[in-house]
Amino acid sequence: MNGDDLIKSKKRISKEEIEKIAWLARIEISKKELELFSKQLNDILVYFSKIDEVNTESIPPSYHVLDLVNVLRKDEAKPSSFEEILQIIPQTKGKFVKAPRMV
Amino acid sequence: MSYCVELSAYEIIKKIKAQELKVVDYISYLFERIKRIEREIHAYITLTEDSALKKAQDIDKKIERGERTGRLCGVGIAIKDNICTKGIRTTCASRMLENFIPPYNATVVNLIEDEDGIIIGKTNMDEFAMGSSTEHSYFGPTHNPWDLERVPGGSSGGSAAAVISSMATLALGSDTGGSIRCPASFCSAVGLKPTYGLVSRFGLIAYANSLEQIGPITKDVRDCALLLSCIADHDPLDSTSVNKPKEDYTNYLVDDIKNIKLGIIKELFGEGTQDSVEKGVWDAIKKLEQLGADYQEISLKNLDYSLPSYYIIAMSEASSNLARYDGLRYGYRIPNKSYDWNAVYLKNRRFGFGFEVKRRIILGTFALSAGYYDEYYLKAQKIRTLIRRDFETAFKRFDVLIGPTMPVLPFRIGEKVNDPLEMYMCDIDGVPANLAGIPSISIPCSFSNGLPIGLQIMAPPFREDLLIRIGFSFQKNFPILKKLGGHE
Repeated sequence: MNGDDLIKSKKRISKEEIEKIAWLARIEISKKELELFSKQLNDILVYFSKIDEVNTESIPPSYHVLDLVNVLRKDEAKPSSFEEILQIIPQTKGKFVKAPRMV
Repeated sequence: MSYCVELSAYEIIKKIKAQELKVVDYISYLFERIKRIEREIHAYITLTEDSALKKAQDIDKKIERGERTGRLCGVGIAIKDNICTKGIRTTCASRMLENFIPPYNATVVNLIEDEDGIIIGKTNMDEFAMGSSTEHSYFGPTHNPWDLERVPGGSSGGSAAAVISSMATLALGSDTGGSIRCPASFCSAVGLKPTYGLVSRFGLIAYANSLEQIGPITKDVRDCALLLSCIADHDPLDSTSVNKPKEDYTNYLVDDIKNIKLGIIKELFGEGTQDSVEKGVWDAIKKLEQLGADYQEISLKNLDYSLPSYYIIAMSEASSNLARYDGLRYGYRIPNKSYDWNAVYLKNRRFGFGFEVKRRIILGTFALSAGYYDEYYLKAQKIRTLIRRDFETAFKRFDVLIGPTMPVLPFRIGEKVNDPLEMYMCDIDGVPANLAGIPSISIPCSFSNGLPIGLQIMAPPFREDLLIRIGFSFQKNFPILKKLGGHE
């Protein structure tokens, strides 16, 4: 395997990996979607590998562009309408969110 | 008087204040126009005619009684549908939020209502703001008012199309990687992405927090300055909102750009830039030179890596942000009640999200996963540092930096939607400003074959004043006289 192939093989994401990641992200994907995504995601990852060209040794990451740190405010309760919130919950029982069975 | 809907906000406010125009009449004309042409354009997801007319009556009464009115004084505003509006459904153009009615307002919506702006409706967009054409909407695409076969740009395509077809006088969009400026360019509107931290993001449904800002989409620079003045304010509810004194950006509507130093970024005219776009932008640069500005070309080497870095960061943040959509507390939930916990999540997210959203969540999850984190996410954040440094260096020599807003003219609906990578490539000129957190404006500069071209100007952090001054001078001295036709 030459260097280019190595990079490409490293960047490839297999169908099994896509299925695993989709499970981690809790998105069910159909067989058809898996076929489609497999091609598209690999094309995108090959394009992303362009960043390998850049030497980033000793460069700090920019998680954020502002210098703000620990912006805090008082943790004060403010009035809110429970009825309004209840109205947007898809399935309820009385005043509770109806969750699926755990076991 | 129904022509008044075509006027700018500035002109409409003048007429309202002089009592030449009743707010109720103007708002009625706006909805008449919407009823006539919305079918062809599809700029809106939700319209709020009843509450708009009620608000209009209230403002008319205030004026009759001689009470003080706000700066927006009855002007009709369209709000992108990822900005929360209390009591008005806010869908993000997603099936996931099709029936979501926020119990609170975004801070920008409160600020607009405080200034007597009137919300006309919620505009179409790419689902969760992920896209550059407004084709990725659960509710169907928006059409470009200049050519109905073409896209209006995205993701704030509905906002730009609504303003330019006079179905709203002002609009708000959001810009994560060009989503205000792209549709502004494609529709011949003015679109401004403010400095990161200038406008509150509280109530903006998050896609990629470290990149996005809410901003104005307007008919001209004057209106842009007005709307920005209303929404740029410190907000304790957004911990990334910068605490600085409120500014009146209309003070910078000054026709004078003598000796302003323009840096023309070579990398923004790279491979894939259409000749007509390149020519349109260079003509505009020459016009700025005629007004007394000096220009020079400059190279920002790391911009070549901004697109992949942007997508890696945006997708990673998206995968984390969109984890909240479980369909239990709000959002789409499958009706079948026999599924277990995991199956409910899997199905809610399978049927609640569209293709582009799923692609980005999956790739983002991949980029953040063990073994790949350093290679993708961390590396992209380091390149972000290099891009920021490139800009800092450039701003030591130049007041503003210039390039095209979009590398291409508005493309046909369906042309790129099945090839995600090709669609991403359209964002190549827009994303650097988001990575660096700097303000950037798109100003209509010309037309080619009847399609609009946008000029992009970027300034150092919190120097929106420069963008407004240059944009205003350009529009004042070189007005684009082309008028939208075919919809009357």
